[in-house]
Amino acid sequence: MTDFDITSGERDGMGPHGTKVGLLRVLGPAHVWALGVGIVLVGEYMGWNFGVGKGGAYAALIACWFAGILYTCVAMIDSEVTSTVAAAGGQYTQAKHIVGPLMAFNVGLYLTFAYTMLEAANAITAGYLISEVARLTSGVTDLDQRPFIVLAILFLAWLNFRGVLATLTFNLVITAIAFVAIIILFLSTSGVLGTSMMKHADLMSGQASLPYGWIGVLAAMHFGLWYYLGIEGTTQAAEEVRSPARALPFGTLAGIMTLMTAATLTWYVCSGILPWEFLGDGVNGSVAPLFDTARLTGSGFLVFLLGVGTLFATLASANGCINDASRAWFAMGRDRYLPGWFGAVHPRYRTPYRSIIFLVPIALIFALGAPLDQVITFSILSGLLEYTFMPLNVILFRKKWPMGVIKRGYEHPFHPIPAITLLTLCAVTYFAVFLGYGTQLVAMIGFYIIVSLWFHFWRYRFVNRGAQFTMPWPRPAGY
Amino acid sequence: MALWTFLEYAAWGLSALLAALMIIEWVRTDTTYSEEVLTSSREGELEAMTEEHKIDGGQA
Repeated sequence: MTDFDITSGERDGMGPHGTKVGLLRVLGPAHVWALGVGIVLVGEYMGWNFGVGKGGAYAALIACWFAGILYTCVAMIDSEVTSTVAAAGGQYTQAKHIVGPLMAFNVGLYLTFAYTMLEAANAITAGYLISEVARLTSGVTDLDQRPFIVLAILFLAWLNFRGVLATLTFNLVITAIAFVAIIILFLSTSGVLGTSMMKHADLMSGQASLPYGWIGVLAAMHFGLWYYLGIEGTTQAAEEVRSPARALPFGTLAGIMTLMTAATLTWYVCSGILPWEFLGDGVNGSVAPLFDTARLTGSGFLVFLLGVGTLFATLASANGCINDASRAWFAMGRDRYLPGWFGAVHPRYRTPYRSIIFLVPIALIFALGAPLDQVITFSILSGLLEYTFMPLNVILFRKKWPMGVIKRGYEHPFHPIPAITLLTLCAVTYFAVFLGYGTQLVAMIGFYIIVSLWFHFWRYRFVNRGAQFTMPWPRPAGY
Repeated sequence: MALWTFLEYAAWGLSALLAALMIIEWVRTDTTYSEEVLTSSREGELEAMTEEHKIDGGQA
């Protein structure tokens, strides 16, 4: 991490418009990959298997691939818009430039809540995993998980506070280990190396194939999101990558390919070894399916590797979430959508340090005081609202600045098919979520309506309207 | 059993230390630099320096 003081006078400022201290451009495509995949990979290690409980193993696979299509659309759309609107805040900044202030305010909140809730859920999971280690190794059944939950959040917040390069290099290492662990488990159990342990034909025939019919497939869609939820977080690195036009599309698209591979392999090894009734019960059955699969192999090495992989995936996700939530909060503060105090950058570490610190107690409150399923649901619903915004955003983007008018880092193919596909799949997922979490969905939409009214009638007067549009683009078509 | 009790206390202690480090650095930074410097970051400035959105006539 660069360790000079940008305000010392030994080096001139950042740009032509008065920035004395800004975020540091030090990241490459590998860091973007680590940010996106790091946030998501925990979904392969746990959570996705609730979909098996809803509709059986085949339903979980169908949900996996449908959600894969949804997120491929997300990745393509994000790659085009973010590589062009390359600034901290990601989708918030896109909304500000392309749609308008009210949408930007809402999207900024979706992002902050989705990532902070996911961070809290990951910290709860890390505490649970450590208590399991205590139980399995020492027979301790009454371990207090709270200090480990608090330590996970504070350690990762401290890392984020100290600098983005160290933070995302750390994420790169632990995410790569967690991903390789899945590959090794697949190679060891599928027959590629040694004898195959797969029993798909026995475990998935007859009643077990689709135990609840096609309605079970629909219900499983909700948990199909788990395989990929968070890949859109790569956009938050836009102001800290050395080359946004290249690194963001490359890192994001490599990330979605990695996740589709990991998701399919995860489904294959888990559904081929664990009975669907056990696999689908994420509370009393298989909490961590990849780890449980490793335990059934009888290999001490695989048990250790997948145990480490589970913990690393959890920490990588929390780490990426802190990075992304703080950038969204920082960008909103910088534009005075929130108090400008949050828009500060640390002069030495070049991180949005006040936003990072401010979100720590919020994550702690949810991690220590709220049930895991509610925290996760709040995160998923905020993410889903964000995905609904994306297709509308890219349609407006192409309409206001048609191809050839501005330089794009990446141009996604087949427009508007990905946007329409994404919108359709979002509608299906809303219905699936409504089946299981209708009350929470209605409550959360009510919450966003109330804060929108607050923004419109009060907060908007403080917004820095001169900073609404900062990209050096021509006037939009029709204006 | 004693090991895990010790680890619980160690986790609390380390958490407190990390929180203290961040808060001390936060206060020190806020008292050393002016608010104008700390909040001087502007969106799009670096982008303006490194990317040019001119494609007319093939000029990048």
